[in-house]
Amino acid sequence: MRSLRALWIRFRGLFATSRATSEISAELESHLQMHIDDNLRSGMQAEEARRQALIQLGGLEQTRQTVRERSTLPWFEYLVQDLRFAVRQLRKTPAFTAVVIATLALGIGVNTALFSIVNTVLLHPIALPHPGELVSVDASKPNFEHGSISYPNFRDWQQQNHSFSGLAVYRHIGFVMTGRGESQRVRGNYVSSSFLPLLGVKPVLGRLFAPDEDEIGRAPIVMLGAGFWARKFGSDPGILGHSITLDGSDYTVIGIIPASFDLAFGDFLAEDVYLPIGQWPTQALKLRGAGLGIHGVARLKPGVTLAQARADMNAVSAHLAATYPADDHDLRANIMPLRDMVVGDLQSVLFVLLAAVAFVLLIACANVANLLLARSTVRAQEFGVRLALGASRHRIVRQVLTESTLLALAGGTLGLGLAAWGTRAAVSLAPGALPRAAQIHLSPVVLGLTFLISFAVGILFGLFPALAITLRAPQNTLREGGRTVHGSRHRTQDSLVVFEVAAAVVLLAGAGLMIRSLAGLSHTDPGFEPKGVLWFSVATPNSPAIDNPVGARAYLRQVDQQIRTVPGVSAVSQIGGGIPLTGDDDEELFWLQNEPKPAAENDMHWALLYLVEPDYMKVMHISLVRGRFFTDSDREDAPHVVVIDEDLAHQFFGNANPIGQVVNLTNPDDTQATVVGVVHHVLHWGLDNEAGSPLHAQIYLPIGQLNGWQLVSTTGIFSDILVRSDRPATIFPDIQRALRRMNGTQVAWRPKTMDQVIADTLAARRFSVMLLAAFAALALLLASVGLYGVISYLVGQRTREMAIRMALGANRGNVLLWVLKRGVALAGIGIVAGSLAALLVTRLMASVSLEKSSIIYGVPPWDPLTMATVIVVLMGVALLACYVPARRAASVDPMRALRAE
Amino acid sequence: MVNQEENMGDKADVWQGTLAIMVLKTLETMGPQHGYGIARRIEQISGNLLSLNYGTLYPALLKLEQEGAIASEWGTSDNNRKAKFYRLTRVGRRQLEREARSWEEATAIVARFLSPAKEG
Repeated sequence: MRSLRALWIRFRGLFATSRATSEISAELESHLQMHIDDNLRSGMQAEEARRQALIQLGGLEQTRQTVRERSTLPWFEYLVQDLRFAVRQLRKTPAFTAVVIATLALGIGVNTALFSIVNTVLLHPIALPHPGELVSVDASKPNFEHGSISYPNFRDWQQQNHSFSGLAVYRHIGFVMTGRGESQRVRGNYVSSSFLPLLGVKPVLGRLFAPDEDEIGRAPIVMLGAGFWARKFGSDPGILGHSITLDGSDYTVIGIIPASFDLAFGDFLAEDVYLPIGQWPTQALKLRGAGLGIHGVARLKPGVTLAQARADMNAVSAHLAATYPADDHDLRANIMPLRDMVVGDLQSVLFVLLAAVAFVLLIACANVANLLLARSTVRAQEFGVRLALGASRHRIVRQVLTESTLLALAGGTLGLGLAAWGTRAAVSLAPGALPRAAQIHLSPVVLGLTFLISFAVGILFGLFPALAITLRAPQNTLREGGRTVHGSRHRTQDSLVVFEVAAAVVLLAGAGLMIRSLAGLSHTDPGFEPKGVLWFSVATPNSPAIDNPVGARAYLRQVDQQIRTVPGVSAVSQIGGGIPLTGDDDEELFWLQNEPKPAAENDMHWALLYLVEPDYMKVMHISLVRGRFFTDSDREDAPHVVVIDEDLAHQFFGNANPIGQVVNLTNPDDTQATVVGVVHHVLHWGLDNEAGSPLHAQIYLPIGQLNGWQLVSTTGIFSDILVRSDRPATIFPDIQRALRRMNGTQVAWRPKTMDQVIADTLAARRFSVMLLAAFAALALLLASVGLYGVISYLVGQRTREMAIRMALGANRGNVLLWVLKRGVALAGIGIVAGSLAALLVTRLMASVSLEKSSIIYGVPPWDPLTMATVIVVLMGVALLACYVPARRAASVDPMRALRAE
Repeated sequence: MVNQEENMGDKADVWQGTLAIMVLKTLETMGPQHGYGIARRIEQISGNLLSLNYGTLYPALLKLEQEGAIASEWGTSDNNRKAKFYRLTRVGRRQLEREARSWEEATAIVARFLSPAKEG
């Protein structure tokens, strides 16, 4: 404590030196006078009294110095001196300083930004207690790896497993909320009571669902997400105990879920409202064979491994399959770590980006190393002179160290700003592609680490050359006059540049291939014309007018008509079942006319189902291959018809004409329908991963021929609508107004153009392409700066040699050529080495996949066009980087250069 | 820790560590005192065996002040000269007690070594 206090006072003393000095002087002066007074009193002569006092007291000036040092921090003052000197030195070479600082800032900045993203996305993707114990649980069925779990199976799994400390299910769902202002679309989840406790979510207000409150037939209750609670109710705690109306039914609010609950995996998304699963008003909830889109999540008991849990659940599934063979045969639990579900393919993509950014850092370090090496050679003479004049090695090393530190600090500070900006920019590039994107923040650990690396580079390449110089006899250094170059140092610089160029080739090749993949994908024909198509949803709560088939049909027809009246709408079709590329899918199960009806659903034929209206073709611009599409006369009372795609036609009818063939549909109940048309196949699963999905056959049914009761629901009517318009991006408010005019409780929401839908499917890919391209551009820039630096340095060192050459008759062209040749040779070696490395790296990249298809898609990893482009670009940039210093070399005035020596 | 300043005559130099305890003790006995008075008093008590010059005394005073053991303010001396007066603080009083005790212990131990052996 005492020494701390003293240190503080001394530190303050740094800023009050002049006052302290005068005070000391006054004190010593008074001391001296008192001593003289005493000497006089003891009878000495005035002259003698003063002399004796001075002798006894020792040197006045020395004392003043000792006291001064004691009252401040001398080493700190030396540091300030060193810093001032370093700043002066660095300002003398602004280009060198700026390039080093910018290079360090770029290296530190991009690395910190990307590692910050990785830190959140890969290392902390789930903000819940003990995330390692969490697993996702799905029902694996022959056609679906991640199929839905029926409610009865969930209850049996819950009771019979021995591996989970908790097993829960959820079902994503939308509601129309009425009775509180304008009716509004609200998104939510049906969950089992175990869901929130299992994840470790605690209510911010009220309580969670009690264990048995999720059973069928219990009191209607609801929990609200804190965000929704704030938006809709101003975070009023008084809402507890009151009810809200969802789809026409009242639910009592019992608790609020914290806003920090931001889990997203599979099709679960933290949402506005949470209801007990037993509240789902569908009769199918009780059916063991029903596929209702219910999925599960569980927490492993402590110490239970994934393999043990899988074995345990296999036993449970086998038991159930034996008990309920009709519904449960071939069905088992599919257990995956929740982290894998949250992170998905991002892991491998981020690893690719990490590797790329590490290359950028290496190149940056090589650049800094090169510049410092060059500088130390130039300064050899300065150090030589100072050593010869008596400077200590210690002092010179300390000064070099100060300079390196200063550079690293400046680069680091700038890098910090760059990282902060870069992190935000990168995240905004990929809305939706990154889990927990809102939580991504600058990681101080990473910042410190990259900073340390660049600092180490500064020390390594700034200090060691300086040390080497101080170890040599000063006269040797002086004799060389800073002209002669050490062969070894030269080679180090050359190899650093070669490495930089090679690394840039690798990055450019990787980025080039990914850009080609993305470009190819964006031009993929999805089988329909997405431009001009708008997709949105409409819902209306139940009312007596629409709770019967006739009313429901009339209502839906009126919705179509209403939308058609909006100027700019050229075609409208409702769509049920699946919607291409949106992630929504539904399946029709069927069997052919010449086949007996299979006993189990899993033994039937499966096809992607689209329930549409006659105008669907006009909305989507899908081309008709044979026969006809639906017309308005394909009504409930007319013979049932279907339209199939080429894939289904080929798969089930081979080369036979499918028109007129009859298929048995399970939906509507065991109907026989005639194939009346064949349309072009439409990409359903995504532009790039159609091949990765098992189901390709597609079947279209007219909504007009559905059983009217299928349109009716106790919760009201919900419909997806596709519209073709010449202004899809701006037409939605007009449609909304038109629909509201028709019915005030009706809600239209979530407008999205098909172009946007397609862009979303490529979001993760676009994110990685843009980052990789940015990194490659940086690499190219840094490598060219490195090349420029080395050639400039070479020119600077050889000015005399070139002057002699020119004096002896070499013309400027020869000199220019000689310098360019050196640069091109370095770049050439780098390009060859880089190309070889790129062949390996891109092959590795090809094995990295994003949503089931490789990140290099549609181009071979050794794509000659990409490689040729990369080589040409790099050679061009290299030539440019060498040309500037070469011009300088050629414009040397031989006489002046020689005279200067 | 012997002072590096050249010795004056045959007078012994003061060790830095012991100088602090002497300064503190002097201030305890005499009350507030200026640097010259402290130096004089120490020389007197030592029977003029010790000699103090500025180079020794003032850094020591500064150090004690920085550590909070003494405080200073400008005043007027007996013969009307402006001088800086030092006084003991509470911290300094405690430090004096502590150091006096450990000094006594240390000298007692050394004395036991140097006095003729009582056993064997």
